[in-house]
Amino acid sequence: MFAIVDYDTGNTQNLKKALDYLQIENRLTADPTTILQAEAVILPGVGAFKPAMQALEDRNLVSVLKQVKEKQIPMLGICLGMQLLFESSEEYGFTKGLGFIKGQVKAIPKRQLKIPQMGWNQNQTFIKTSFPIDQRYTYFVHSYYADCSLENIVAGVDYGQLIPSLVQNGKVIGMQFHPEKSGQVGLDLLKNFQRMVNEDDFSRN
Amino acid sequence: MLAKRIIPCLDVDDGRVKKGVNFVNLTDVGDPVEIAAEYQKQGADELVFLDISATNQKRQTTINMVEKVSRQVFMPLTIGGGIKSIADMDRLLKAGADKIAINSAAVSNPKLISQGAQKFGNQCIVVAIDVKKIADKFIVYVNGGQKKTDLDAITWAKKVVELGAGELLVTSMDKDGTKDGFDIELYQALNRVVDVPIIASGGAGEVKDFSQVFLEADVDGALAASVFHFGELTIEDVKKFVKSKGVVVR
Repeated sequence: MFAIVDYDTGNTQNLKKALDYLQIENRLTADPTTILQAEAVILPGVGAFKPAMQALEDRNLVSVLKQVKEKQIPMLGICLGMQLLFESSEEYGFTKGLGFIKGQVKAIPKRQLKIPQMGWNQNQTFIKTSFPIDQRYTYFVHSYYADCSLENIVAGVDYGQLIPSLVQNGKVIGMQFHPEKSGQVGLDLLKNFQRMVNEDDFSRN
Repeated sequence: MLAKRIIPCLDVDDGRVKKGVNFVNLTDVGDPVEIAAEYQKQGADELVFLDISATNQKRQTTINMVEKVSRQVFMPLTIGGGIKSIADMDRLLKAGADKIAINSAAVSNPKLISQGAQKFGNQCIVVAIDVKKIADKFIVYVNGGQKKTDLDAITWAKKVVELGAGELLVTSMDKDGTKDGFDIELYQALNRVVDVPIIASGGAGEVKDFSQVFLEADVDGALAASVFHFGELTIEDVKKFVKSKGVVVR
């Protein structure tokens, strides 16, 4: 069973619908025992970094997620949920994140671009991965991005600069885009995550 | 670089797609789930559902429809038509909509834009604007294009973005139904004053109309209804052509 962490941040129903469609057994839950017994934990999220961290803390979920990491349970953060995996964010002032992947969350520099980045962008992979993402388009809605080390960037998109779209640190994976809104490509990525969990294959070779 | 979006628009009444859709492979021409799935297969980048239901009871059916579509179709869904309150938005978003388009209600109650943006995020709030050119000025119309306002469309667009609109869906009433191309001048004027995505609507007839509005007015998306519904053009036809003209599409 995959646990989708329920902490009242935006719409998690569409993610659940995608997992249901793929027949991946899942539960929307904030219960520590359920989360710690799950095969994999999915951290969704829409909205701003600071209230989301606060919502996790209010439900004592920060320590639960730290145990998930320690127990090596595979974890997938999506959109804001991916950003929470990093050490900190500058959105509405400095806020500490979960710190599972090294890096800071920063505002996308405005330049001549429209912010948020909203729409379909083409991914390019930087390290070998089983995720079928290279050259594929996925759907993004975000104003902040993860400024992190290249060694954690599996794939990225060009939006005035490199924006990491798929990040990984061992069994911790993050997707900046919305796989549940990225058509067949997104469904294929979620399916691949399920395969990685089932086969315990998080290698990048 | 973001791909330009091609967006089919579907009119729904009482949870059913109206104005018939002529795809040969559909078993039920009014079933929103089947039609949405077909558009996803064709490569649509997003779907807009415009609720033309006249009663609250029928609107409830639309909410159920959104719920059903979002179980089978995994791309961004925008719902517009008759949305008047934060509670209306909340119900539709919970049912599975990604964005809410408001039109007449935004004119009569501009606070709805800022309240919606604060509660759900700017990216959820699309302001739809129906525009008619009168004596060299772009004028805003409401109530499905039936009622003229005294608002200048360019000024109004600027204002709704300040209030928190994350996207504009702008229909040229002069072009709508003519199939002789999008209103390039209107979108150029809008693009000069706002920095949120603009979706052009009204006038699509041929593939070159799409490349023209992307290349000359730099809009972010182009919406069409009848040319897609009646199979005159497929999403694939449009994408293939605009790509050959140098427009980035998925």
